[in-house]
Amino acid sequence: MSKIDELFAQLKSQNKKALMPFITAGDPDLESTAKLITAFDELGCHICEVGIPYSDPIADGPIIQASYTRALNQGITVDAILQTLESCAPRVSLPMVTMVSYAIIYRIGLQEYVRDVVQKGVSGIIVPDLPVEEAASLAKICRQHDLSLIQLVTPTTTRERAKRILETSTGFVYYVSVTGITGERTALPTDIVENVTWLRENGDLPVCIGFGISEPEHVKRLSPVSDGLIVGSAIVRRVTGCEDKSQLIPEVTKFVKTLLDAME
Amino acid sequence: MASISQTEFSNVPDQFGRFGDFGGRFVPETLTHALNQLETEYNKSKDDPEFVAELNSLWADFVGRPSPLYFAKRLTEKVGGAQIWMKREDTNHTGAHKINNTLGQALLTLRMGKTRVICETGAGQHGVATATACARFGLPCVVYMGEEDVRRQAPNVRSIKLLGAEIRPVTSGSRTLRDAINEAMRDWMSSVNDTHYIIGSVVGPHPFPMIVRDFQSIIGQETITQSRAKFGRLPDTVIACVGGGSNAAGMFYPFVDFPEVELVGIEAGGLGSKPGQHASPLSFGQPGVLHGSFSYVMQDNDGQTCDVHSASAGLDYPGVGPEHSYWKDTGRVRYTDCQDGDALAGFYELARTEGILPALESSHAISAAMKIAAEKSPDEIVVVCLSGRGDKDAAEIERLQNEMAND
Ligand SMILES: Cc1ncc(COP(=O)(O)O)c(C=O)c1O
Repeated sequence: MSKIDELFAQLKSQNKKALMPFITAGDPDLESTAKLITAFDELGCHICEVGIPYSDPIADGPIIQASYTRALNQGITVDAILQTLESCAPRVSLPMVTMVSYAIIYRIGLQEYVRDVVQKGVSGIIVPDLPVEEAASLAKICRQHDLSLIQLVTPTTTRERAKRILETSTGFVYYVSVTGITGERTALPTDIVENVTWLRENGDLPVCIGFGISEPEHVKRLSPVSDGLIVGSAIVRRVTGCEDKSQLIPEVTKFVKTLLDAME
Repeated sequence: MASISQTEFSNVPDQFGRFGDFGGRFVPETLTHALNQLETEYNKSKDDPEFVAELNSLWADFVGRPSPLYFAKRLTEKVGGAQIWMKREDTNHTGAHKINNTLGQALLTLRMGKTRVICETGAGQHGVATATACARFGLPCVVYMGEEDVRRQAPNVRSIKLLGAEIRPVTSGSRTLRDAINEAMRDWMSSVNDTHYIIGSVVGPHPFPMIVRDFQSIIGQETITQSRAKFGRLPDTVIACVGGGSNAAGMFYPFVDFPEVELVGIEAGGLGSKPGQHASPLSFGQPGVLHGSFSYVMQDNDGQTCDVHSASAGLDYPGVGPEHSYWKDTGRVRYTDCQDGDALAGFYELARTEGILPALESSHAISAAMKIAAEKSPDEIVVVCLSGRGDKDAAEIERLQNEMAND
């Protein structure tokens, strides 16, 4: 049982839902990344999703793209990011998950990447450009290391495929709320509830919703129908927009607190 | 090298879109449904006599196919080696091979019931060819083009607009073909339910590399027929430039099961062999993942795509189609590169000795063909794919020439 499985078992017994902030590693710098992770843990967030910057992210909208570009322009490396996560791991109880392109995993080596992140204290990975047909080798290695390989279901996924994804995903299933790229949205599609309910009824895994979730109002509406929520661009925008670094942690935590409060 | 039986070369990809180890489908889940839909529609259409007849009729009456196989007599005499023949894709409507593919994919768009088209373009030829096909069928069309390419291929930008398509300049990254593909993919992520992405080369996730190769294979098929008619046998050597690799794949694929025919692909050597100076992933890169496909690519040790360079917008791309990676690793095709300066020289040579202005992309193949032909005897035959015409490059070539003169 991975750390993520334990977390969801515990949340379930308390009838609680998970809040997962997403941040880009190295934006604005790795020191801030470490501080943000620690702050999220202290606030009571349940998982922290750490985006590994990639040069060609086709599932990402302008906000996350720009944060990746900024981090890469500083010469950030996967090695340096993992060292930062390693330094955080003993200090936090929340599981850390990396969002990482398959281009990066392949280049580093499947075995090596999985072994490295597990060693540094990472509990799961999300590989947004690895559909279930191509995932078998990585899934096998992740299973051997008890690293959750969180797979995605989208509004365009047929039910037949969704069943397959429910069978092979571990940790939780990531339901992408919109047909589109990451980014804040005011209105979210109406088929979310139906699709998430179907996924929860047809598998044993927790189902968490991400993409577009950007306001306490979304959290209030969607946490009851899911097992957790992922908030990305709305947080990254606040990180990016913060010009005074001493204000970064207070400003971001203030916002994340409003999301946590909306879950109660 | 392990011997591969002849038929195996053409018997790719497999059902997972794999050419040997290369290819596949590394895309967000959101796009999977549309790719499956495209694959199903294509497999149905390609054996449907009505589809085949419609495409053939468009190729004949709208494009002007077959394109000529032309003996470059004065160039041959000047080089003093093998006979140099040119497959004249520059004579196609819209001036390049790209139209062969866009008409096929436009028909598939209609068959799938999709009502909008997007595409990327580097040199602008694929943008023009897509805008043309869309105008011909009344489909709205959005063309993503890197800002740097908007500058250096201005004549094509004008044509795209005149044809009624919308140009969206891309300002991210290196502002070239790679970034235009990223932006087109992102559009598709949101619009996939009613939009088809007409990709312009043998790149991207399965089934694109297969579909684009098949539509472009008319180039090689005609070349085989014309060779038999004109000189009673197949050529000894066939040469094409490789950006994403569609004119080369279309030229080579019908030849792969004839081991006696030597196939040579020419990548953009840019300014030199150091990282960042060229766009030659087959010569200098490593296998990796880019734009949904596993193939040779220019990446750093973390898998981040590297910046590349070519004077030619259509070859200025860090990746290459997966079938080329397969041909490289099996040894079926030899890949080499041609630098900016040599390509320019090839451009002038063809212009002045044959009265043909070749595209800067095609000039790479011409320059290489002259070198290869020079080493051969006059009874040998070299065919080079003249993938497009050079009008679009006139101003940029003048600028490059001045730049070099000032250096
Ligand atoms: C005339 C011409 N030749 C070649 C290319 C390179 O593309 P490919 O390698 O797909 O043929 C282009 C691309 O824009 C082009 O316009």
